[in-house]
Amino acid sequence: MSPLAFDIAHMFAGGLVLVSFMMLYQDRLLPLINVLSLHSLLLALSVAWQAQIQNKPDLYVTAVIALGFKSIVIPMALRRMVVRMELHREIEVAVGTGLTMLLGIGLVALSMDLMLRVTAGASPLVREDVALALSVVLLGLLMMVTRRNAVSQVIGFMSIENGLILAGTGARGMPLVVEISVAFSVLIAFIVIGIFLFRIRERFDTVDLQALDRFRGERR
Amino acid sequence: MGMTSALAAQFGQMLLVLALAPALTGVTRKMKARLQRRIGPPIFQPYRDLRRLFGKDVVLAENSSWLFRVAPYLIFAATWVAAALVPTFQTGLLFSWAGDLIAIVALLGAARFVQAVAALDTGTSFGGIGASREVMIASLAEPAMIMVVFTVALVAGSTQLSTIAAFMADMGGLRVSLAMALVALVIVALAENARIPVDNPSTHLEVTMVHEAMVLEYSGRHLAMIELAASLKLLLYISIIACIFFPFGLITDGAGPPAHAISLAFYLLKVIIASLLLATLETVIAKMRVFRVPNLLGIALMLGLLGTLLLFVSGGM
Repeated sequence: MSPLAFDIAHMFAGGLVLVSFMMLYQDRLLPLINVLSLHSLLLALSVAWQAQIQNKPDLYVTAVIALGFKSIVIPMALRRMVVRMELHREIEVAVGTGLTMLLGIGLVALSMDLMLRVTAGASPLVREDVALALSVVLLGLLMMVTRRNAVSQVIGFMSIENGLILAGTGARGMPLVVEISVAFSVLIAFIVIGIFLFRIRERFDTVDLQALDRFRGERR
Repeated sequence: MGMTSALAAQFGQMLLVLALAPALTGVTRKMKARLQRRIGPPIFQPYRDLRRLFGKDVVLAENSSWLFRVAPYLIFAATWVAAALVPTFQTGLLFSWAGDLIAIVALLGAARFVQAVAALDTGTSFGGIGASREVMIASLAEPAMIMVVFTVALVAGSTQLSTIAAFMADMGGLRVSLAMALVALVIVALAENARIPVDNPSTHLEVTMVHEAMVLEYSGRHLAMIELAASLKLLLYISIIACIFFPFGLITDGAGPPAHAISLAFYLLKVIIASLLLATLETVIAKMRVFRVPNLLGIALMLGLLGTLLLFVSGGM
């Protein structure tokens, strides 16, 4: 594999981490959905490039799924949901952005340190893919932890899934069946979450998940 | 050959940046005015301003100390030395062994310190506000700048600008870390030069100004020195960005006169493009609230950190 091909793959994967940080930083919902769309677009580009350099045509299918479902369909559905629930003017009170960013940097450092040790024998492409994918996953988890709004937690969840797919493509590719079933299960999960969101809202008049905590009797 | 020609090249370059700096300010102002459909002052207006200021008497505040009088010269000297260390169109200069990025950051930091202290010296409230804001911005911009330096130094294996430029010129490949470093460096440059998202260089509205508040008490040749230093600093940052990220047309020592002319033309072209981009940026975005500036600089710091981290993966280390 030529160094330039590796550099381009690295650029896409690094861009994915960067967009994860943009997600952490963005506190309004509609721009956040746009960032999710960008995240999935970068994933699609990254996967397509790996299909090209690894000579694996089935990865193109993964790329198309990422582009079609996660970059177009899900963001559009989310946007309609946000507009219907009249959340688009809300500014979310997250944990302070500065603190979240610092935590994020710490997580990236952690995942690089961990993965570079664990995958010492693997090829450089796999190593950088897995290390960056783990950072994307951890950043998605961080996003879910620091947000209180259910919609942004869903977005965090989607970005975790993007990170997993990045890891899967680097590690010699997933079987296509697994890939398609994962894509569909994400879609199903998305629908279920969407229904839940409306139910939560009907019952509590908010999608702020702290209302649930109070309902369960925590934090009295 | 040897010593004298090297000296000539070094001093030629120092005089070049000094002569070019006011023109850069003029060009940027003119382009900004044209983009806003104003006529704008002529490009050479900053030279005339400087000449007029040098001819005027200095008015000193009654309670100002010797520091207030010495500060403009110190600021100018530190900035000029820093600007002389950056290769503009020729690398491998006589002083290039000292042309270390960290040295440049330190020189600029020293100039900023002197300026903030001098602003506090007269005891006016404006000076105090300006100094405290400047130091707040600097305390965030400087770590970001250092992270950028680390990123670039890790890629090129040196903090010397000549070596970095030579390395970048023949590096084939893409580095995502360098793209992040470039964005971070641009944000730092905007903050350090008091350009628009952080500070407005042409305002005299007290709630918004940072740099202008600090130099409010200066007049005459002192003000001229500070203005010239500010122009030099802008040119310095543009030269650093051009030298690290766009090292096209740089020549090394010992090239003939035609090569000199071509590389000088390249350098002028780069500066003009940079000032056009700067003017466009200042036209399309609005100034930030002072308390949002830490967020912007936080992005720069984060990009620098992330760039450094990603390098450990990309190097195949």
